[in-house]
Amino acid sequence: MGAGKKKGATEPALRVVGKAHRKVDAVAKVTGATKFADDLMLPRMLYAKLLRSPHPHARIVAIDTSRASALHGVKAVLTGKDLPIPFGILPVSQDEHTLCVDTVRFIGDPVAAVAATTEETATAALDLIDVTYEPLRAIGSAEDALAHPEPRIHDYGDTGNLHKLINLEFGDVDEGFAEAAVIREDLFFFEGNTHLPMEQHAALADWSADGKVTLWSSTQTPHYVHRALAKVLELAAARIRVIATPNGGGFGGKSDPFSHEIAVAKLAMLTGRPVKITLTREEVFYCHRGRHPTLMAVKTGVTRDGAITAMHFRSLLDGGGYGSYGVASTYYTGALQTVTYPIKRYKFQGARAFTNKPPCGPKRGHGTPQPRFALEVHLDKIAEELGIDPAELRLKHLQPPDSLTANYLRVGSMGLGECIRKVTAGSGWREKFKRLPRGRGVGLACSSYLSGAGLPIYWNHMPHSGVQLKCDRSGGITVFCGSTDIGQGSDSILGLITAEVLGVDPFDIRIVTADTDLTPVDLGSYSSRVTLMSGNAALQAAERAREIILPHAARKLDVPMTRIVFADSRVFDVENPEHGMSFAEAVQAAESAVGTVGTVGSYTPPKSAGRYRGAGVGPSPAYSYSACVAEVDVDPATGIVRVPTIWIAHDVGRCINAATAIGQVEGSVYMGLGEALMEEMTYRENRQVVHKFPSLLEYKSPTTLEMCDVITYIVEDPDPNGPYGAKEVGQGPLLPVMPAVANAVYDAVGVRIDEVPITPEKVLKALKHKQKGETPRYGPTTFPEIPWPEPTRVPPPWEGGDGKARDQAATLAGGVREERQH
Amino acid sequence: MNGKVSLVDMPESKVAITFVLNTEPCEVSFAPHKTLLEVLREDLGLTGTKHGCELGECGTCTVLVDDQPVLSCLVLGQACGGRSVRTVEGMAGATLHPLQTAFADLGAAQCGYCTPAFLLAAQALLEHNPKPSRDEIKQALAGNLCRCTGYIKIYEAVELAAARLLGEDAQPSREAMYGRR
Repeated sequence: MGAGKKKGATEPALRVVGKAHRKVDAVAKVTGATKFADDLMLPRMLYAKLLRSPHPHARIVAIDTSRASALHGVKAVLTGKDLPIPFGILPVSQDEHTLCVDTVRFIGDPVAAVAATTEETATAALDLIDVTYEPLRAIGSAEDALAHPEPRIHDYGDTGNLHKLINLEFGDVDEGFAEAAVIREDLFFFEGNTHLPMEQHAALADWSADGKVTLWSSTQTPHYVHRALAKVLELAAARIRVIATPNGGGFGGKSDPFSHEIAVAKLAMLTGRPVKITLTREEVFYCHRGRHPTLMAVKTGVTRDGAITAMHFRSLLDGGGYGSYGVASTYYTGALQTVTYPIKRYKFQGARAFTNKPPCGPKRGHGTPQPRFALEVHLDKIAEELGIDPAELRLKHLQPPDSLTANYLRVGSMGLGECIRKVTAGSGWREKFKRLPRGRGVGLACSSYLSGAGLPIYWNHMPHSGVQLKCDRSGGITVFCGSTDIGQGSDSILGLITAEVLGVDPFDIRIVTADTDLTPVDLGSYSSRVTLMSGNAALQAAERAREIILPHAARKLDVPMTRIVFADSRVFDVENPEHGMSFAEAVQAAESAVGTVGTVGSYTPPKSAGRYRGAGVGPSPAYSYSACVAEVDVDPATGIVRVPTIWIAHDVGRCINAATAIGQVEGSVYMGLGEALMEEMTYRENRQVVHKFPSLLEYKSPTTLEMCDVITYIVEDPDPNGPYGAKEVGQGPLLPVMPAVANAVYDAVGVRIDEVPITPEKVLKALKHKQKGETPRYGPTTFPEIPWPEPTRVPPPWEGGDGKARDQAATLAGGVREERQH
Repeated sequence: MNGKVSLVDMPESKVAITFVLNTEPCEVSFAPHKTLLEVLREDLGLTGTKHGCELGECGTCTVLVDDQPVLSCLVLGQACGGRSVRTVEGMAGATLHPLQTAFADLGAAQCGYCTPAFLLAAQALLEHNPKPSRDEIKQALAGNLCRCTGYIKIYEAVELAAARLLGEDAQPSREAMYGRR
């Protein structure tokens, strides 16, 4: 077991933490009482619609809105010139306009906005807006962007249509390869896919004549939306209130500030009336920010027993039309390879291209599922080459707990070994691997994910999460936190931790979240940060409240403070439990002595060890670990892959709520299965770059009939940085599913599908290759030439490195700030 | 608009229907093009019925019409005169319906957006087939998409509720709540 010893981790009996609880909002959700953004209606409310570009890349020559404005019922029409200030989630990519100013960059890029008395009128008005476009050559893929630096999609970026180029080298990889007994190089492609939350994005804005605007929106990041609104509307942030409504699914797709949010705020300001917008499902596909299509080359040198002497990883990401989180996504395709198995020397080169497609961004796993797919299939091939069982290979070479990696990520608790043992034992790995009849196979893969990004998106020294806690003399407690519940159950985590510390019933606690007027800042529901960060903030606030109440309760009971226990909504003497008082009476005792009882708590992640340019992406307070075995059934006649069962073990550090932890694991496996077998965001193969199927019917996602059985093992290796040792569970378990399925397909029919999704067509093609005696594989065969910059050379810790790059002085001053992104 | 209102500004004339809504008689008037989904949400204020596509693709707007699951985004409000319509708002009385209790306890509702539809589809199933097999549950719910749960907690909740509706003193399994050892 790992290192976990923080508060609570060694306490004998936890009363609340770790049990299976109903979520605090469960009843509202099963009665339909939860108010999602589109459920909100205000008197005199107007309806907004966005006109979107029909061209993938074009100059806007003229826009005439006069016919639309004249339509009865239309109250306002906006175009790009009305909101000229750009925005974007990352400070280095402020490249979006609410409505395009002079260029459209993908089919679906918003060009104009209308507010009208009915949705039908607003829709009709869109047809009356006359836009003259001058089409430009569209860039259809990352390779196309490499080959065509002109016309540039943006006038910023590293070169031509390449948004970002990264070249990092941790130790001399050539030397590392020279030490290797076996060197293997493979190419992989991970097709883009999208979040597909069941709730379409919606937002409602209200303006009051005293100069204040309120926005309700289905956003995962109300704090960043708040900042974007202040910037674009040129309004003091103190006059803007952003309320994140419960998200009907997010998965990363509601983490950017969006045009429609800013447009309705501006329309409300102009009309003096509430304005609501609900995107159509087709528009949700255009908002996208999903998985980057990524081409990858991985070259690894290993010793005879499989120790990795060197790895060189290259990735090329198709970013779509805007920056979004893309700079961070690109770094993430190279960051977390190092935290599972020791890599002695490591080189990462990453490139992100602008293309004329909906922008890519963070989807569950953010930039790490693609390289994890590549790495875990690559390791499967290496294991075969070395004649070592793939599970044994991994078990022999686990990154040790409490260690630094080659790229200066600090690993704390590390339960991957236990995860591998659970899934191999549970699945009958030894009896099945290479032993099942043709057509049937098993595959294994592992992964790791962040428990929150170690650095904030914009450079600052403030906490990442804050909690205010109010203890009422009635015994009621209210917890205020800026975090957003997107269905993962983060509101419940706040309640359960507070209930654990103060000994009350979690359902006696009110949770107020995601309201910039009422709640202290939490950076948002992304990077699996909320349980660890807002959980730690809640823990601190609750402990401070306990410290305030404790002496007064002890005095009243005439018992030493060390003997006082808070439990069962009472405060009592541990040696004589009858001798005590209700929690409410204890609060009253404190309030009588010191006044109103309220506390705050906050959380700032530990300083990261890496100090080179680019070191800001990858550090996390704690890493979760997962292992997965997939069993597949492949029909050689049709190429159809069916997955009857997946065994998954996840090192969650410690469960706060067992029921929701299981749900997160099962949901991750589900989404991973979709990515493995069917989900793809693809475009017609010409330069019109038309989305093939922006609809829920044709964008295939697993229904009940495709979903596999899931056997879940929760492994608890408490991490010293987590509240009660807790790490993340919402994203990590998705990652090993795709490579496990790919490895299982190989075990079943002996062909490598080095590309997801693993569609029947690809399996059939690979089987045909095999039949003809060609390489039994389907996947990319070349990685293009990319004009990489000079590498940033960082000696790894075991070569005397201190986390800085060689020649850092030159780059530090100019670069380090802008690279410290999420 | 300068205080002048012309007739073209007037909303199109409405149609009215009477029907049974959650076991109570109901009369409502609405613009004739509106779907049952829109009538429920906009004209009757029952926002428990959700939408994911408004094209009949996702099942999120499922309600029961004459006890059958129906996609309310594909049915005109006008077609519902004289029918019986049930929505999630009608499921619970002073206490939750056993399906709702099971969904809440097992975490079968994560974001909760698709939940009303799943509850109603499951209710229709159990009314026809009080003890469905896992495969029958999968078939009955195959028209409803959920992106959060992977469906497993939903199956377990339907099975738990089915057992309780048959009078059994059923509890969630330890594995469902804590995983396998």
